[in-house]
Amino acid sequence: MPSSLRIKWCILRTCIEERLVYRADFAFATLIRFLPIITQVFLWGAIYDASGPHSSKIINSYTYGDMVAYSLLVMLGRAFSSMPGLTTGIARDIRDGSIKKFLIQPIDILDYLFWHRVAHKIVYYVMACVPFALVFWLCRDYFRGWPDAWTLAGGCVLLLIAFLIGFLIESLMGLCAFWFLEVSSLVFVYMLCSYLLSGHMLPLDWLPSPYSDWIRLLPFKYLAFVPAAVFLQKYNHAQLAVEVELGIAWVMILYLLNRLTLARGLRRYSAYGG
Amino acid sequence: MPIIEVQGLAKHYRVYRKPPGWKASLKGLFHRDYNLIEAVKDVSFNIQRGEMVAFLGPNGAGKTTTLKILSGLIYPTSGTVSVLGYVPWERDNAYRRRFSLVMGQKNQLWWDLPAQDSFILHREIYGIEASQFQRRVDELTDLLEVRKLVGQPVRELSLGERMRMELIAALLHSPEVLLLDEPTIGLDVVSQRRVQGFLRHYQEQQQMTVLLTSHYMKDVEVLCRRAIIINEGEIKHDGPLAEIVDRFSSVKQIQLQFAGVDIPADLERYGKIVERMPPRVKIEVPRQDIPKVLAALLDRYTIEDVGVQERPLEDAIAELFARQRPATNAQ
Repeated sequence: MPSSLRIKWCILRTCIEERLVYRADFAFATLIRFLPIITQVFLWGAIYDASGPHSSKIINSYTYGDMVAYSLLVMLGRAFSSMPGLTTGIARDIRDGSIKKFLIQPIDILDYLFWHRVAHKIVYYVMACVPFALVFWLCRDYFRGWPDAWTLAGGCVLLLIAFLIGFLIESLMGLCAFWFLEVSSLVFVYMLCSYLLSGHMLPLDWLPSPYSDWIRLLPFKYLAFVPAAVFLQKYNHAQLAVEVELGIAWVMILYLLNRLTLARGLRRYSAYGG
Repeated sequence: MPIIEVQGLAKHYRVYRKPPGWKASLKGLFHRDYNLIEAVKDVSFNIQRGEMVAFLGPNGAGKTTTLKILSGLIYPTSGTVSVLGYVPWERDNAYRRRFSLVMGQKNQLWWDLPAQDSFILHREIYGIEASQFQRRVDELTDLLEVRKLVGQPVRELSLGERMRMELIAALLHSPEVLLLDEPTIGLDVVSQRRVQGFLRHYQEQQQMTVLLTSHYMKDVEVLCRRAIIINEGEIKHDGPLAEIVDRFSSVKQIQLQFAGVDIPADLERYGKIVERMPPRVKIEVPRQDIPKVLAALLDRYTIEDVGVQERPLEDAIAELFARQRPATNAQ
């Protein structure tokens, strides 16, 4: 195995070992993440109930069943794209000087952060796969059958793109700590925006034009809406290919922005904390 | 050819200056005043291969800033630096494989995992061969007496044990240059001695080039022959450690042991009493007055034993820093 791959594998392995140390806290945090989906199912039930029985009511071309399926798929997308603690972790490392250990070793800090996050996600999926499967099985009647193989493959690629875009946006915000030191307000604004702009709150095709047109130009839609809409078969193959290409373009843009921010940030870094 | 070459190094910081009170805090939202801090100004020195040099100075003197520049953590404002032929702040991987930086109390090890997991990660990062790695881990853990602890989570180790693990992690890849920033800070006497003994032995064996900062003069006396003294960002002395006391201390100490249990009451007219443990006493006397004072004491009192010695290095350096401070404050 080439040495660069061996290093990545070793980082991944060590990070997984580290994640498994606090197993009770991790298991609890994983399970507690299912609470919002339950409240969403009930909330949409109440909204659709307000003007008639579930089966006959359609809002913006979504039935109640579509909405539950959409919410579940958004939850799946967010499981890939959300990066709890990444931005604040980078900012903390910059502020208290812990980042120094990555700067003196022959290792790329973005590479390290990436594999650290992959480890985090792997452990999360292992812990969450059974509850995820159970929730999807319980709600299986709300889905309109399996998509075709191309759509399924495209959806999986878009979940990976969701992971990369989520990682790159949050690491970019974390790297802003080279200038601001404290980025918690930035994180708050991002969470607020991404809740709306990613389609987490409402499907993006509910929003009126021209807002929806503008929002679709941003990378946030890949964090939740696009993978969910693909699995709900709202895209044909040509549209799916365009979304994949645009998603890859966003990954490249955000990657370059990360590299640029890191390089400039390191120039003004003062190695705080002794 | 020197391994470390520093020429005209300077590092300036801009630091936000906030007056006290909430009004100033509000004002600071719209307009801020900054102070320019000259952490390092025009520092130059060379270090040869295999030298172990003490880098001394009071808090805020510029020692750690210099080490941070040498390790490539920060960019200098001006000046040139070459370590092993590399410019540190270019962060060339080839350079980062050849040096190590140990900052006391700063953890490079994974907190929740045993040290051995961090060592394995270091093996991969630095590309150390498996057989060589195991031999080095065994050797270093034996020398530092922590072999039994490598499987224990780092968070459960004492500070001294952790520091020794940090040293092992820093030395696994056999660095040619080792930058040590306060390696014994916060350690008890036993751990301090163990770390000192290890560093001396290992440096002699490996012929590493070591630059050490420490506030513990015992570290310096045990480990280094040469010292660079920095204060207010400028070098004040660069030469043999032994020269420091001669050069900067204006006094010597006379140690007296009187016959009987009492110490005469009027000894202060001969010099400053620095230690009084009847029947022994230690007096500090200006260097040029030693013969005169000694003759007067022997003439006047019944003395059983007498000795003249240099001031401890620690006191000489403290005097040097104290002497420079009023001058700086007056500027």
